[in-house]
Amino acid sequence: MPEEKSPQSTSEKFTLSRREFVATVGGAAATSAVLSTVDLGVLETPVFAAETPPVDKFHSLITLRVNGDTHRLVIDNRATLADVLRTELGLTGTKIGCSRGECGACTVIMDGRAVYSCSILAVDAQHGKIETIEGMAVGGRLHPLQQAFLDHDAMQCGFCIPGQLMALKAALDRNPNLSREELRYAISGNICRCGCYANIIDAAEQARPVMKKV
Amino acid sequence: MRTVGERIARPDSLDKVQGTAQYVDDLSFGAMLHAAVVRSPLAHGRIKKISTAAARRIRGVHAILTAQDIPGQNLIPMIQPDQPLLAAGEVRHIGEAVALVAAETKSAAEEAARAITVDYEALPAILTLEEGFAKREIVQHWKLRRGRPCDIFSRHDVVVVENTYQTPYQEHAYIETNGMIAVPETDGGITVYGSLQCPFYVQKAVASVTGMKMNHCRVIQTVTGGGFGGKEDAPGLPAAMVALLAQATGRPVKYILSREEDMQVMSKRHPGKIVYRSAASHDGILLAVDVDYFLDAGAYATLSPVVLWRGINHAAGPYRCEHVRVDAYAIRTHKVPCGAFRGFGEPQIVFAHERQMDLLAERIGLDALQFREKNALETGDHTVTEHELKESVGFKDTIIEVRRASNYDRLKLEIEKSNGARISENPPNPKRRGLGWGCCYYGVGLGARGGYLNPAGASVVISSDGSVNVAVGTTEIGQGMITVLSQIAADALGCPLEFIRIMPPDTSRVPDSGPTVASRTTLMSGNAIADACRQIKSRMAAVCADYDFSKIIAEMKSQAVAASARGETHPKSDFHRIVTSSYTPSNRASGHWSEEAWLWKATIQRCVQNMVQLSAHGWAVPPQTTYDGETGLGDVYVTYSYSTNLVEVEVDIETGETTVLKVWTAHDVGKAINPQTGEGQIEGGVVQGIGYGLLEEHVLATDGSKAATRKTGKGGPFPPGRILNDQFSTYIIPTPMDIPEIHSLIVEHAFPYGPFGAKGLGETPIIAVAPALVNAIANATGIQLREIPATPERVWQALKQEASRRTQQSPRRSRKAASAI
Repeated sequence: MPEEKSPQSTSEKFTLSRREFVATVGGAAATSAVLSTVDLGVLETPVFAAETPPVDKFHSLITLRVNGDTHRLVIDNRATLADVLRTELGLTGTKIGCSRGECGACTVIMDGRAVYSCSILAVDAQHGKIETIEGMAVGGRLHPLQQAFLDHDAMQCGFCIPGQLMALKAALDRNPNLSREELRYAISGNICRCGCYANIIDAAEQARPVMKKV
Repeated sequence: MRTVGERIARPDSLDKVQGTAQYVDDLSFGAMLHAAVVRSPLAHGRIKKISTAAARRIRGVHAILTAQDIPGQNLIPMIQPDQPLLAAGEVRHIGEAVALVAAETKSAAEEAARAITVDYEALPAILTLEEGFAKREIVQHWKLRRGRPCDIFSRHDVVVVENTYQTPYQEHAYIETNGMIAVPETDGGITVYGSLQCPFYVQKAVASVTGMKMNHCRVIQTVTGGGFGGKEDAPGLPAAMVALLAQATGRPVKYILSREEDMQVMSKRHPGKIVYRSAASHDGILLAVDVDYFLDAGAYATLSPVVLWRGINHAAGPYRCEHVRVDAYAIRTHKVPCGAFRGFGEPQIVFAHERQMDLLAERIGLDALQFREKNALETGDHTVTEHELKESVGFKDTIIEVRRASNYDRLKLEIEKSNGARISENPPNPKRRGLGWGCCYYGVGLGARGGYLNPAGASVVISSDGSVNVAVGTTEIGQGMITVLSQIAADALGCPLEFIRIMPPDTSRVPDSGPTVASRTTLMSGNAIADACRQIKSRMAAVCADYDFSKIIAEMKSQAVAASARGETHPKSDFHRIVTSSYTPSNRASGHWSEEAWLWKATIQRCVQNMVQLSAHGWAVPPQTTYDGETGLGDVYVTYSYSTNLVEVEVDIETGETTVLKVWTAHDVGKAINPQTGEGQIEGGVVQGIGYGLLEEHVLATDGSKAATRKTGKGGPFPPGRILNDQFSTYIIPTPMDIPEIHSLIVEHAFPYGPFGAKGLGETPIIAVAPALVNAIANATGIQLREIPATPERVWQALKQEASRRTQQSPRRSRKAASAI
């Protein structure tokens, strides 16, 4: 299983740095004043679920920070993060294979950790910093992991690949010294029916030193 | 540059790593509706009444259809005309579709589906193969008669081994579930986009139910997230459903199956039962086999007759065997219809014959490998169907390769020593290592029963800038078709690889090219492309022979330089737009054309100026095959691929858990067009084979009598026949933690008819893995399993039984026997 943590974990809430604290207060003021998102994006403000302005009983207005962009959306309260990424934001690179946190195709990165986006409500995801496959290549340059996947033919049908890349990126960003066995563990919650596991782990090993340098 | 044989990167991989590849659920169309399906909760029942009034009142519902609303035939055309799209009067398996809903949102459609009430009268259901056979519910019966097996079995100087084997359901478990979108066209036609393997099967299903002409039913394959056979015939059902709803509402309709729905209702590998008797001489010659082979077809025939047929044709394995009797039956039961799955009727019977080979070897006193080598098919030999093998028989070389790579003889001794040492450890180490062999061969293509489905077409069109569009009727499902066919096209035309684009399969571009199955794509589509390229090349030669291209190249180069000096689009990037899906290291590395590319562009320019037709349709028809229905004999396939596997396992005799340590797997593929994608196929097949041998099975409810007799069938959660494990947390497939070290070995015995000598590879890697694993477990522990998967529970039970058997047999030796296993 990829590491998954509750977005509402108390320790997270109460261990804000001074900079984050200032940003939060500023952000809250901005939220109440205007619905524009421009300033919020610059401030990188976390917005907590409790502050979500309800639109009606079934819908909420939320702010999502995805790949560095901030989006304000009215969503169904029942919508998962995967649903909102795919249908509201058009980020269809995140795949849905089971809708119940078993296959890993929907893996995205939230606050640096790989999470199953099908198992997180979008309203609960709004304080997090979310990365998806679409944000991986920067300025037309492939991420070292993406390049390594090409070099090692680490895919067949490709459906699980965005999830595999997200899980590996989260793991290597946190610790670029992972062993082969630890890399294998990092994707143990991402199943690949084509059976490309060996190539995927080879690719991760190729990307590891490059990611360490960056 | 010749690309065939090179490790070329997949042209479609760039999209896949960036998340931009468009799978069916990634597409939407304006005013698109969403579908939901009402399905039978009973294995067998009569539909008394369907009430839709409450559902029609739900906001956003646009259409509710039942069997009586179908304008065409209520039939999914396959081999036997028995499967309706929507149950009419009677339901014959759990999950059979009864009614369809289209609504503005998915949740509205699902709510409406729940609001439709269906009154059923439960009928007695056949839920086991044995019961179906007793009631003569036989979908298909094939026979194979060769020599006089009775005479052999009545001899006293032969070793006879007889066993009954059982194999489970296997779920394809493609990570992308089945899904379809139908879009009504302004001229009255319908275009269907979807996750599928066989566009022409889907086209026939859509035409059948909508009543439209086939030329009005256009099917386009979207990027497909795995097939393995599961998207061969089965996608015809969801496609026909969305097509009907689109026809009824005039709006695009999308239907994506949930994982649970997909596992409950879509096709699977047939459960099998094999009663297998073999005879060999004391000096190790396989003399005769006598087999009854049963497959549980489920409620409808679908592909069962041909799945069964492939099994019977390979009944004795890749060995000489002159006396053969096989009767094979596909049995109708009230369960989900089974269909194609990688291996197609072979893995079941191969499990049996490869277990038999080990047991015979043990009885004779030969090493399992020696016994196989002694009987292995070679050039000039005959298969069980009396097909004389005249060429391309690399079986022995696959054995030699595995033996060499694994250092088998030394490894065997080393393992025996290490097991001995572990027993004498204090406390004794409960882990035992073991080695197991598994071999198979695979008739490439559809063979003699394929009939009109055998040929394949291709369309090749060269544009004036030299770029090439290639259209084929077979599909990319992850196996690497786009890569391999690009290489074949590039080499057949003599152009650089980056000029080739393989178009998304579309029934409007090429004639019916049969299905993407039976490891036939490289062979058939490859030959069709080669045929088209030959036609174009001969026309090009007429104007280009002896022509000096240096002037025209120099002119084109100076034009390009001038254009780029003016700040105009560089021709390279211009070209990039045309071949957006093309990725190769060479076009990524430099912004400039190679000399080879300039020459190609200049050649095409000269041809264009001379009004040469730079397009052609190719057509490939396989060599003649034969089949005699009475005896089952004939040259049933055009050729065969061969494979040998050796696995090393470690079994914990206290817990029954098996760990696969290493796999050596060699395949005679004729010619590996791209060794890299070839190795990918091999490794992937081995991983699925480990799932089949050790982990995967469906468990069906057997006792739900209370629920079943309820009037609506909605009373209990588990009516008999229902699949109980329909999720990835309960249906377990291999994860990265389960995979061993895999050594993929490719052997090339060229097949003269194949493109560049290629045969097929897609399926052989999965087929003989399960028996190799069970043989290795036997080697490690002494237990002889006759059933897969070899789960820890099954292995543990067998170990207990073996221990108690030994205790009873010889009480004095019991302690030693128990510690030996």
